[in-house]
Amino acid sequence: MSGTELKGDLTDIAILSAIRSGDEKGMAALYDRYSAVVYSVALRVLGDTGAAEDILQDVFMQLWRNPGLFDSSRGSLGPWLAVIARHRAIDGLRKRRPETDIADVVVSVEPDMAGDAERARAMEKVRGTLGSMPSVQRQALEMAYFEGLSHSEISAKTGEPLGTIKTRIRAGLVALRKAFAT
Amino acid sequence: MSVHEQFAEDLALHALGSLQGEERVALEKHLEGCAGCCRELEQLRGDMALMALSTAGPVPPRRSRQRLLEAVAREPRRVQAPARRGWWMLVPWAAAAALAVGLVVVWLQKSDLQQRIAGLQDQSTQQLAELQRAREVVSTLTATDAMRVTLVAAKTPPQPQGKAIYVRDRSSLIFLASNLQALPAQKAYELWLIPTSGAPIPAGVFKPDAHGSATVINPPLPAGVQAKAFAITIEPEGGSSAPTLPIVLVGAGE
Repeated sequence: MSGTELKGDLTDIAILSAIRSGDEKGMAALYDRYSAVVYSVALRVLGDTGAAEDILQDVFMQLWRNPGLFDSSRGSLGPWLAVIARHRAIDGLRKRRPETDIADVVVSVEPDMAGDAERARAMEKVRGTLGSMPSVQRQALEMAYFEGLSHSEISAKTGEPLGTIKTRIRAGLVALRKAFAT
Repeated sequence: MSVHEQFAEDLALHALGSLQGEERVALEKHLEGCAGCCRELEQLRGDMALMALSTAGPVPPRRSRQRLLEAVAREPRRVQAPARRGWWMLVPWAAAAALAVGLVVVWLQKSDLQQRIAGLQDQSTQQLAELQRAREVVSTLTATDAMRVTLVAAKTPPQPQGKAIYVRDRSSLIFLASNLQALPAQKAYELWLIPTSGAPIPAGVFKPDAHGSATVINPPLPAGVQAKAFAITIEPEGGSSAPTLPIVLVGAGE
């Protein structure tokens, strides 16, 4: 593949294969496909473009240095990158060392994020689902997801019982799943 | 496989990375043996990935792509790629082969040297033994306290005798004498090698002991002289270049 640009319709498997063989074009293709997902989630968590860009660089370089971190038999690349980026951004937000071994992260998700059209449709569906949630539920979910707050911290902030916060967080995540199951 | 309800909410928190303390320890222990809850954890992470999509919209700055590719270029990775094989790929193998050959040669040389050293040690041991025997012979022949007996026919009075043993190739000469008469003052016996041709050659000056015995061991001689006979004369203590008559003892080679 050396000397030519990788085509945009390559599968994630083909991109990963190029990366595993040390082809820098594979990283360019990966960036073009998933940089917006990784960057936007990091930006939402950190609220800082420079810090979000650093997360983007860090996540992609980890994959370049060790492509074996992602096991394609245990999930899809796009969702995996999104989850890893969110974990790293929360670690950065809380100024703590990475608490999650990314090689252990297995992501099971139905929608395909590889294509631009698929990602756009999935994004609309997610936003619609979140918009239809009770605000207290969406608030608990977003505080846990984007601010990295524990259920205890959310409980303290909102004054809601711990058990209630736990239930709302789980129910919010499962609601997203159900939206894609129909 | 179903999710254990008591862990359902903790699974969501664990997916988010916010479960801590004893609750986290208990859940991770449970996950080790519960495939259903592991599957649910993967599903919840998938839900998290969907959540990330809600943020989609912002795109990284253009420089970000270049920055990444430059970082990638700074860390080239040449693993797993089926690299084209050039002659240089054989260098490590050639080096290994050369090393192996070198080791074999060194081993053979070492083995040869060891054999030679062993041979030299055997030879040295043998020579030492021969030297020891020779020393014992010479020591016996030259010992001042040795009893020297000359056997002659019965009722024959003792006669002066001398016995020369000469090896031409080594120019080695041993002379043993017995029953020699005492010498006048400032006189000594001198042994002569009489060659097959030419003048007699001085072969050592000596004086007998009180019993008339004497030995001459390897006097300085010209190399490879063919001896016809040996003779004894009486000469000044310092020796002479030519024998002085009369001849005291004389004997021809067999």
